Amino acid sequence: MNDMAADVREQADTTGGKLGMWLFIFSEIMFFGMLFLLYAVYRTRHAAAFHAAAQNMDTAIGTLNTAILLTSSLFMALSVHATQEGRKRLTEIFLSITIVLGISFLVIKSFEWLAHFHHGLYPGSVVLSRLGKGEIMFFGLYYVMTGLHGVHVFIGVAVLTIMLVLIHTGKIDKTKFAALENAGLYWHLVDIIWIFLFPLFYLIK
Amino acid sequence: MEHNTKDTGSVSYLDKTANGRGILAWILSTDHKRIGLLYAMVMFSFFAVAVSIGFTMRLALIEPGHKILSARTYDALFTIHGVIMIFIFIIPSIPAFLGNFFLPILIGAKDVAFPRLNLLSWYIFVIGAVLAVVSLFTGGGPIDTGWTFYVPYSIQTGTNVTLAAFSVFLIGFSSMLTGINFITTIHRYRAPGMKWFRMPLFAWSLYATGWVQILATPVIAITLLLIIAGRMFGIYLFDPASGGDPLLYQHLFWMYSHPAVYIMILPAMGVVTEIIPTFSKKPIFGYTAIAMSSLAIAFFGSLVWGHHMFTSGMSQTAKWLFSLLTFIVAVPSGVKVFNWVASLYGGSIELEPPLLFTFAFIFLFSIGGFTGLIQGALAVDVQVHDTYFIVGHLHYVMFGGTAFALFAGIHYWFPKMFGKMYNKNVARLALLVMFIGFNTLYFPMFVLGWEGMPRRSYDYLPQFHTGQLISIVGSWILVPGLIIMFTNLIYALFKGEKTPANPWGGVTLEWKISSPPPRENFEEIPVITSRPYVFGAEAEHE
Repeated sequence: MNDMAADVREQADTTGGKLGMWLFIFSEIMFFGMLFLLYAVYRTRHAAAFHAAAQNMDTAIGTLNTAILLTSSLFMALSVHATQEGRKRLTEIFLSITIVLGISFLVIKSFEWLAHFHHGLYPGSVVLSRLGKGEIMFFGLYYVMTGLHGVHVFIGVAVLTIMLVLIHTGKIDKTKFAALENAGLYWHLVDIIWIFLFPLFYLIK
Repeated sequence: MEHNTKDTGSVSYLDKTANGRGILAWILSTDHKRIGLLYAMVMFSFFAVAVSIGFTMRLALIEPGHKILSARTYDALFTIHGVIMIFIFIIPSIPAFLGNFFLPILIGAKDVAFPRLNLLSWYIFVIGAVLAVVSLFTGGGPIDTGWTFYVPYSIQTGTNVTLAAFSVFLIGFSSMLTGINFITTIHRYRAPGMKWFRMPLFAWSLYATGWVQILATPVIAITLLLIIAGRMFGIYLFDPASGGDPLLYQHLFWMYSHPAVYIMILPAMGVVTEIIPTFSKKPIFGYTAIAMSSLAIAFFGSLVWGHHMFTSGMSQTAKWLFSLLTFIVAVPSGVKVFNWVASLYGGSIELEPPLLFTFAFIFLFSIGGFTGLIQGALAVDVQVHDTYFIVGHLHYVMFGGTAFALFAGIHYWFPKMFGKMYNKNVARLALLVMFIGFNTLYFPMFVLGWEGMPRRSYDYLPQFHTGQLISIVGSWILVPGLIIMFTNLIYALFKGEKTPANPWGGVTLEWKISSPPPRENFEEIPVITSRPYVFGAEAEHE
């Protein structure tokens, strides 16, 4: 009888944990939502300048990063599934691939930023200040939005690494995988935000 | 005494042998009751500081033309006063202290959904508060932007805005995590039989507050980060020179900061809704209406931020829409006030201190609410905007509203929290002194503002002298009142008479457990079979 009560409690905890995670995701959507709002307002005001500034973006690199992040989300989902099936080794492999892809995204993103810097396109630079107001705003938004997204990817990689340790030590297994699922939710969120950033900065030209 | 029995189920959460000694047993505790008290300690320490600053600012205005404080010092003082009072005192006050302590008990749970996250929230809050203090002494020194951090000045000033903004960011993060915790707790941990419409109304108000905390706080988070980005990296998204618009900053700021007003007032309304039935020995009138009005306030309150910006520049359509919505928010607030009064009608009223504080709350909050409507009217707002009228209004709402409800709640639940009773007559005296002092201090501000006295000014024209003087004398009455009240409570904490588990004859769940509450609140999770606030004969009928 006691065990049953404990089971019920465990069940409630898992559902509660997931609910908490969703609430956190709502807050993240509001957080990035305000940046999208700023983008919308400024794009409306400086449509031509945004169009011109976007010519500096490398669509190929953006597409590559999009593919990387989407693939990482696939492996994230696979690793959750593998845990549910109780296949520990496979879970670890899938999760490791997710982490490596996440890191690759960050590396590519940093090279991209460095290339912009190299061309003198950084906040307060001489090159940028010679351009129009709209172009400055485009790059301001670009750095803030992809920068904060990058921070989220970084946190995601850190969280997934902790999950990997927990799986390895058996703290997450077939019976207890709520933490991994929640980490997965967060990872997909990070992915989805990028899905919106990609067209706004790379595709609308 | 019940809590002396050997049964582990009823060991008090304050018991030293059961919980461990020393400060670590407190600052590492995940018990929601202890965390609630941890919040209270930090909050009230900062409250004392901010009251002193407010007192000093009043005093410095004792005569026109003397300029006792320099403009710079005065700017810094009202900024620090505002930042502490709003972000470190009022916003966490009722949810993080009384909410943490009583939400799980009121819904028949052993703790909040995420006890460790709850403790983490407190640590983030404390780090934020400490950084706010550090920001005063490092970098360019105390910030002088006002608590609103308006651009472009917040980007240009040499004072330490970056660190101060970051500290507010952290405090906001803590508030948001508390919201997540409460919402999850209410969804998942209600006792068996406690359906949504059997919840005590304080829980309903915290539920509405929680949604605002979750959805509005991220907006201030990103806004503050954009200020930091502007100051640290030169990415200044509100600079007209680089295609930005400072008005957008104001929109984003108030998109959080207006709903934040409801983070402050909704829990306060919840507290007085708990108090009134207990002291009129009658079920609350209009339970459903009160519960729904909390949600309505949270919803409509999130759509009215523009009324802070009527003079900033906005289309005429936006203006009247925001004005209309502002008037609509007054409706659910009115619903609550009428229901409170109706709950008192025909009751057997006991004029104990918590109820007297509640009366003071209703009176002061109503004045605050009505003056809010005056500002919500477009034509009038042009006259009163940025004057003492606003200062009077916001103090009537936040101090007269939230803080008085907090004091009412403390006097109501003090015997439950500590198993001891304060001196009731001293509490009544403190309230009387505070009530007189409060009105003497803040009411003249409405008149001064109407006559054109601008807010945030370190000096004034001689024509405002009388009003200022009355207001200053008010602060000399209000502060002793606060001192009497806190002395009375602190004395009772150590030397108060022991009190039975249910001194007020309350019927909600917290009064059915011993005082102070057992560590796990309930030996056995109660099964709920009726709505709350059912007294006497009716209770037997159920």
